[in-house]
Amino acid sequence: MTLTSTLPMIRGVHNSPLEEYFTSGHRTCQGCESALVMKLMVKASGPRTIVLGSTGCMYVANTTYYSTPWVVPWMHTQLGSAGSAAVGTAAGLKALMNKNKIKDEPINIISFCGDGGGADMGLSAISAALTHMAYNHLILMYDNESYANTDIQVSGSSPWGANSTFSPPGKLHRIMNQRWKKNMAPMLAVGHPGVKYIATACASYAVDFMNKIRKGLKYSGPAFIHSYDPCPKGWDYDPMYSHELGMLAVEAGIWVQYEIEEGKLVLNGPSRMIAQGRRQRKPVVEFLKRQGRFAHFVDEDVDYYQSRIDEMWEKWWLPGVIPLFNEAGEPKG
Amino acid sequence: MTTEVKDTALEREELISGAEAIAIACALADVDVITAYPIRPYDTVMQFVSKLIADGELKCEYIVAESEHSQFEIVKHASAVGARVFSGSSGVGWFYAFEALAVTCGLRLPVVAMVGNRALDDPGAFGCEHNDALAVRDLGWMLRWVDTAQEAMDAAFMAWRVAEDKRVFLPCAISTDGAFLTHSQQIVMIPDKRLVDEFLPPYDRGEFVLHPDNPITIAPQVNEDWLMEIRRQTDAAMRRARDVITEAHNDLKRIFNRGGDDPFIEEYMTDDADVVLVGMGTLALPLKVTVRRLREQGRKVGFVRIKWFRPFPQPELRAVLSRFKAVGIIDRDYSLGSPDNGGVLYNEVRSALYDGDKRVPIVGYIAGLGGREVTVPMTTEMFDYTQKVADTGIIEEPLRWIGVRD
Repeated sequence: MTLTSTLPMIRGVHNSPLEEYFTSGHRTCQGCESALVMKLMVKASGPRTIVLGSTGCMYVANTTYYSTPWVVPWMHTQLGSAGSAAVGTAAGLKALMNKNKIKDEPINIISFCGDGGGADMGLSAISAALTHMAYNHLILMYDNESYANTDIQVSGSSPWGANSTFSPPGKLHRIMNQRWKKNMAPMLAVGHPGVKYIATACASYAVDFMNKIRKGLKYSGPAFIHSYDPCPKGWDYDPMYSHELGMLAVEAGIWVQYEIEEGKLVLNGPSRMIAQGRRQRKPVVEFLKRQGRFAHFVDEDVDYYQSRIDEMWEKWWLPGVIPLFNEAGEPKG
Repeated sequence: MTTEVKDTALEREELISGAEAIAIACALADVDVITAYPIRPYDTVMQFVSKLIADGELKCEYIVAESEHSQFEIVKHASAVGARVFSGSSGVGWFYAFEALAVTCGLRLPVVAMVGNRALDDPGAFGCEHNDALAVRDLGWMLRWVDTAQEAMDAAFMAWRVAEDKRVFLPCAISTDGAFLTHSQQIVMIPDKRLVDEFLPPYDRGEFVLHPDNPITIAPQVNEDWLMEIRRQTDAAMRRARDVITEAHNDLKRIFNRGGDDPFIEEYMTDDADVVLVGMGTLALPLKVTVRRLREQGRKVGFVRIKWFRPFPQPELRAVLSRFKAVGIIDRDYSLGSPDNGGVLYNEVRSALYDGDKRVPIVGYIAGLGGREVTVPMTTEMFDYTQKVADTGIIEEPLRWIGVRD
């Protein structure tokens, strides 16, 4: 399978495809942004797609026997296997196509995992998958910042200080999750220089999201997208605000939207404007105070959180992206 | 009916190891996807595989994975889109893959693997023990133990044929004793591809293939509503595997003129025997030597080798073992805390014979752990004690460790 799909860029929401390949039948929570991610993902990729789904919300709540929402072929894979599922599927199809056992045609392979499956358990297999350039596929990590399916447990991608069932605030310790969120997309981009497309995304920006899926599928070899998904259950807010919280995270500079296309970094939308100094970041407290998972924060915690976000934009060599400092301790250029 | 292979060009003779024999089988079977990860002693098969690919003798997608878990996940998914696959491991590597091994059965995917049987360190040990492959015995893996390099090659052809049969669709592992078989060279008759093609049809996943032309959902959440019915289907597949193995065995005899009398067990000098020992794998070599020596002394002894552990040859063992006055089971494994603190094979054979018309006295021997050689004096000691049980009818020690320092 040497061919990749050539899906055109979608110019505006009115030009997006009408067909849905993720339909009724799923049982995700009201306001689940990750379900929207699934919908936009296959809407963008179209019918000639195979989807592989790691264990997590988008398996357990999403795909029930006799009521599958998937119109495209779909297969479960293990929690840590998003990378291996993509490689195995691509390798199998490639071998069969090379030997003329099946028709040689472009087939989109998308393998998704949550933050637990991607940033924690499956990191090793994703890293390996990003070194096998012979296989065309896209790995999508939908990040709702906890093991949300199993009762909201802290993951390596949870934000500092967030309340979870494994990191509850108590009488002695207010902040139980002392770890800072992993910086997945740059980690994978810097560590796997052959990969032609790595991006961050958020379904609050739907057209941008769908075009990123299409770009990931266009390039030969593996691609990776890290999607930021507000989660009403895990973040503890009214389900009607999912879309708004996604935008707020971007506007506060907590979540940064960008693509790394053949090694070239381009920030997108509000993140680009923040980096260029054309837009002021909103204070992080506006984002934090909207969610029950940060309800135990005192001023000191909010200040610390703000200082880490400030550092991202003011001290990092590549603001918002690469946490390295140059000798002068100033941003690049 | 067996037919002689008359066209000599249809096979060639080579001095190769058990691992090399299976690597050549991969080329002859036109395997589509192979995954490798290093652990001794199985990994020598992948060294031969990679050389065959480099020399243009094997065309496949060859992936060096970053762990055994990924090794088996990759071939699992390749199998789901209709690719013939091969992988393998040893000892704790097999255990690192355990999650993938478990789900492959439930997905009914015909993954074929070679296990180079190895001890489960710690403490570190490269040598042969059977606990690695045996760990999947309850899950739906078909398990085959082989004795020679020739049998390793033939068992590989059998494994793809039986695993990929629509009536079965279960994974199959070929156990080759670490070092004793993986690394020891023997004369092997290598068949021409025409013979292999006659024996082994292409893998056809049929209505279960994952492809945009066949948009199915594989392995959704079923929970208590359906899991039991699905397990029962897997159970039915394992039950059907017996007939499919017999069919394949008959074709193997017809096409390759090999494979012995029975698909499931091999009997050696058992016709008039009073006492036999039962074992798996390369134990057969010292045992056959011992049987011949004791026969020279006029003792009526024999040996039964179990070839398929899953599906377990219960009808065969029940029919055969009940002929003798006493039976000794040799385990190159352990099952700590089990009945009589015996090995896995000991307890399986005893269970298989429980309802038999004649319940023969059985004793167990644990020997050769960690790759320790099972010698003729050791097997003689086993025959002597089993003979004593036959003569007296009294089992003082149901389970003995052989060749172990106090």
